[in-house]
Amino acid sequence: MVIIVAELSFHYSYIMIVVLLVIGLYGMLGKRNLVKKVIGLNIFQTAIFLFFIKGALKDGATVPVIDPETGIEAAAYFNPLPHVMILTAIVVSVAITGVAMALLLNIYRSYDSLEEDVIMQRMGK
Amino acid sequence: MENSVFSYLPLAAVLISAVAVVFIILFGSRPNLREAVTLAAAAGKLAIVFSMLATVLDGKYPAITLFSLSPGVGLALRVDEAGLIFALLASALWLVTSFYSIGYMRGSGEKRQTRFFASFALCLSATIGIAFSANLLTFYLFYEILTVATYPLVTHKGTPEALKAGRKYLVYLITGGVILLAGIAYTYQVAGTLDFKPGGVMPDTVGISQLAVLFSLFLIGFGFKSAVMPLHSWLPSAMVAPTPVSALLHAVAVVKAGVFGLVRAVGFVLGPETLAQFGLAGIMSVVAGFTVVAASLLAFRQDNLKARLAYSTIGHLSYIVLGLSLFSAAGWTGALMHIFNHGVMKITLFFCAGAIYVTAHLQNISQLDGIGRRMPWTMGAFTVAALGLAGVPPVAGFISKWHLVAGTLQHQQFVFAVVLLLSGLFNAGYFFPIVYRAFFKQPAESLHSGEARRLMLVPILVAAGLSLLLGIYPDFLVHLYNLAESAARQVIGGIG
Amino acid sequence: MIHNVPVLIPISLIFFAFFTGILGVMRLRYSQLVAVLASALAFSLAVWGTFHVLNNGELSYSFGNWPQPVGIEFVLDSLSAFMLLVITGTGLILLLFPTKPGFKIEEKRGVPLYAIVLLLMGGLCGIALAGDLFNLYVFLEITSLSTYALVSIGSGKAGMSSFRYLIMASIGGSFYLLGVGFIYFSTGTLNMADVMNLLPELYSSPAVIGGAVFIVTGVCLKMALFPLHTWLPDAHSYAPPVVAAFLAAVQIEASAYIIIRMLLNVFTPEFMARLLPLTDIIGWAAAAGIIIGSVMAIAQTDFKRMLAYSTVGQIAYVGLGIGLANPLGITGALLHIMAHALMKSCLFLIAGGVAHKTGITDINDYRGLGRRMPWTMAAFTVSALAMIGIPPTAGFFSKWYLLLGSLDAGNWAFLAVILASTLLNAVYFFRLIEKVFAPAEPSDASARHPGELSPRLLAPVLVFAVLVLVVGFISVLIVNNLLSPVVQGL
Repeated sequence: MVIIVAELSFHYSYIMIVVLLVIGLYGMLGKRNLVKKVIGLNIFQTAIFLFFIKGALKDGATVPVIDPETGIEAAAYFNPLPHVMILTAIVVSVAITGVAMALLLNIYRSYDSLEEDVIMQRMGK
Repeated sequence: MENSVFSYLPLAAVLISAVAVVFIILFGSRPNLREAVTLAAAAGKLAIVFSMLATVLDGKYPAITLFSLSPGVGLALRVDEAGLIFALLASALWLVTSFYSIGYMRGSGEKRQTRFFASFALCLSATIGIAFSANLLTFYLFYEILTVATYPLVTHKGTPEALKAGRKYLVYLITGGVILLAGIAYTYQVAGTLDFKPGGVMPDTVGISQLAVLFSLFLIGFGFKSAVMPLHSWLPSAMVAPTPVSALLHAVAVVKAGVFGLVRAVGFVLGPETLAQFGLAGIMSVVAGFTVVAASLLAFRQDNLKARLAYSTIGHLSYIVLGLSLFSAAGWTGALMHIFNHGVMKITLFFCAGAIYVTAHLQNISQLDGIGRRMPWTMGAFTVAALGLAGVPPVAGFISKWHLVAGTLQHQQFVFAVVLLLSGLFNAGYFFPIVYRAFFKQPAESLHSGEARRLMLVPILVAAGLSLLLGIYPDFLVHLYNLAESAARQVIGGIG
Repeated sequence: MIHNVPVLIPISLIFFAFFTGILGVMRLRYSQLVAVLASALAFSLAVWGTFHVLNNGELSYSFGNWPQPVGIEFVLDSLSAFMLLVITGTGLILLLFPTKPGFKIEEKRGVPLYAIVLLLMGGLCGIALAGDLFNLYVFLEITSLSTYALVSIGSGKAGMSSFRYLIMASIGGSFYLLGVGFIYFSTGTLNMADVMNLLPELYSSPAVIGGAVFIVTGVCLKMALFPLHTWLPDAHSYAPPVVAAFLAAVQIEASAYIIIRMLLNVFTPEFMARLLPLTDIIGWAAAAGIIIGSVMAIAQTDFKRMLAYSTVGQIAYVGLGIGLANPLGITGALLHIMAHALMKSCLFLIAGGVAHKTGITDINDYRGLGRRMPWTMAAFTVSALAMIGIPPTAGFFSKWYLLLGSLDAGNWAFLAVILASTLLNAVYFFRLIEKVFAPAEPSDASARHPGELSPRLLAPVLVFAVLVLVVGFISVLIVNNLLSPVVQGL
């Protein structure tokens, strides 16, 4: 029991990431409101970002700026590469959200609604 | 024989009508010029094909490889005896048909003649390509072009009936095409080559299951085009096309392309020796024998003249298939000769049917009472060709049938000898009532007199004369017997 | 100079994208001109690069001269060169199509339309060149972002289909990123060649297996491989014709390229085909997709929608070749990428041109068009025959290699699927050919606007039709020179 709890607490961040992924996926595929779909998409992508950040962390390491006191031992610093990648990925994510919002504006102008069912109904006419 | 001036002859023979297509379309608005192009191309094609005859009889085979279609498989042409028989047939009859179709199309006032003549010329390119292909992939390329190029001809009239026939035609022939493609791909897998070689290219290691699969793929694939029962029903439907199309394509080029494919597959890819070793020929003989009898019986029931001719074609194509399946030198000689002879005789019959349609506007046999008195030359030619198909000497059909029967006896296959003889009776049975009606019954009162237009009559008489000549003297001009015999000897080789 | 070619191709496109963007706000007509010049430049660079690759082997460009595996790398090898030729060549011809019928936008309106198109092409070239996994993701998202915008230009329903496409494609992209994370944390590198070297020791690691599965699933989503194709028919049929052609011809094909790249140069066939059944799954999904795409295409009456479903079937041919994972199968898949790019572009442009000229979108209204538009319909016939796979068109030869590949793998089911699909394709294309050339009275719509398409509309269509034939005749040259080095490792 103790071991399981220890295991869980050690991996709890990964569990949270999986939970976030599932919430995001549900938001995108399960929700009928288009804005909620976009929110789901953001949650989903954020979960992936967190996964990268978590992977870059090390016990007892510090931010990747060379400090004369810590020396140049790689193990003493967090891995900076995932952070850089995620910065780029965030840019991509923001761009997607922006395009999605623009599309939503357009859809709202055409159909006067952001509920998928209502839009489908009005499209059918 | 690569890299001599001769090696360009097969290429020229294929391309001449393809080039003509361009000019036919260009001169679409000037019918006389357009038809001149067709005639010039047809004459040129015949001259080119004929010019190779002496070379091939000499045992030299003009060949050319243009470029690769697939690694190790080129777009290659090679003229051998079997191919030359088919090419001579197609190009000689194209010239005759060109005159005839000009008369027919103008006589019946058909529309869209440019499309008609252009498609026709393209079909002939494909047919000669099929005849001269040096490997299966080149063969398939022309074979599919032929399928597609014939489609506008079948649907030429544009009536719902014609469109329906066109659909049926495509469904049957494209299905056959894909099955054939599977066979070709599998051949490549098994043999590592697609080249045609007399006696086949199968390696010694080939197993019974591989061979059986290949054999069935080829038999079914080509069976569609050669209208072997039960894959035949597109052919009677396709008779809705204008008569020159039925005549040249559905008695000569298209269906014979299927039969010729079987010649290539059995004789030059799988090899009779290999097939005989595994006892696979029996199926082919049985299917062909069945078709011969069944098609003849069905022919009795057709009142439409062209439909009766179509069923007769189905039966005669299976003569050829039967001859191929005998795996004897005489059987092969007979089969290859029958490709030519049947083409000449059947085209005569179709020409007559078309002449009757255009001149007297009659399509059904029951209406033909007394037509012979009105169109004595046409019906005279009809009688000669019908006698030939029934196997009566001295018309061409007798010669090929003689060899076919001799082929069955060579391996003591008496059943098939009986089938062939019986079918001769059937042929007589379904053709002679027509002749009887035409000459000996009283004409209906509405029948006014008049022979067919000269542009149609002359081709009819030429074709009928050719059937007689080939019956009396089989080596006349085209050395048909020599070609067929030499091809058969190479293919059958030791086991004949 | 030649060593900079890999990077110059996407850079030239993206640089001009900004330029045309500014120009587009003023006058769309000028920006089209610049876009055509930019893609012509990219195409010539691609040709130059290809010849260099053929003669001297692959080119590599390291950004900022950082050595591998630390730095970012662009690799121009035979496979990339082949893709670049397809992308820039097809793109160049597509851009020649006039703006109004092509994008359904008035030429006078000021929008940065061509900037987005160039961005799309630049992104696609980046995908073809990227030498590391993360840059591939960035370029993948650049192309996706531009296509969301382009799809939404279309008719009223386009916005909604674009949004759905955005959601599905973003899931695909995110899956890919997640997979890259797994691979990165297992191997510590993103460079493809480096990953390939390090992987053999990690074949049994669950993280690597998970990473591969996520990457392949994500890319299959973007590639619209059955059963992940649901977004495609709407997006492709509501998009403007040229955009639809871009999507069908090069964009989803680029995703197929990614899977081939993963199979050959990242995960190795050993891992993806033999240790995991990944390629088998792709192959069988594709086999189902070929049949279902074709059957659905038969059920459509809208021409563009029929083409969209046909794309589902055709991209699955590529999937089938990948699934075979043998040299002939991959050769067939790659050749089909090229063939499909040409014939589907031709068909979409015809759909656009005919709709522009006569307003016809329904295939029943195509009847009698053969006489009114002989050239257009001749081009249509050539492409349709290629889609069916009649020799000597390009479509036949890709099918031929796929057939040989299926036999090589002893997979008769795939063989049967390819042949069955030939028949299904014949059904829905000959149905149309029959209508087009039947002598029936033309429909009201086409009667109102008789006559051939204008030369500017017709030229790209004819170029594509001719290329469909030319590629058929030179297929062996392409296979022997460009594709055989690619499949050597299999």
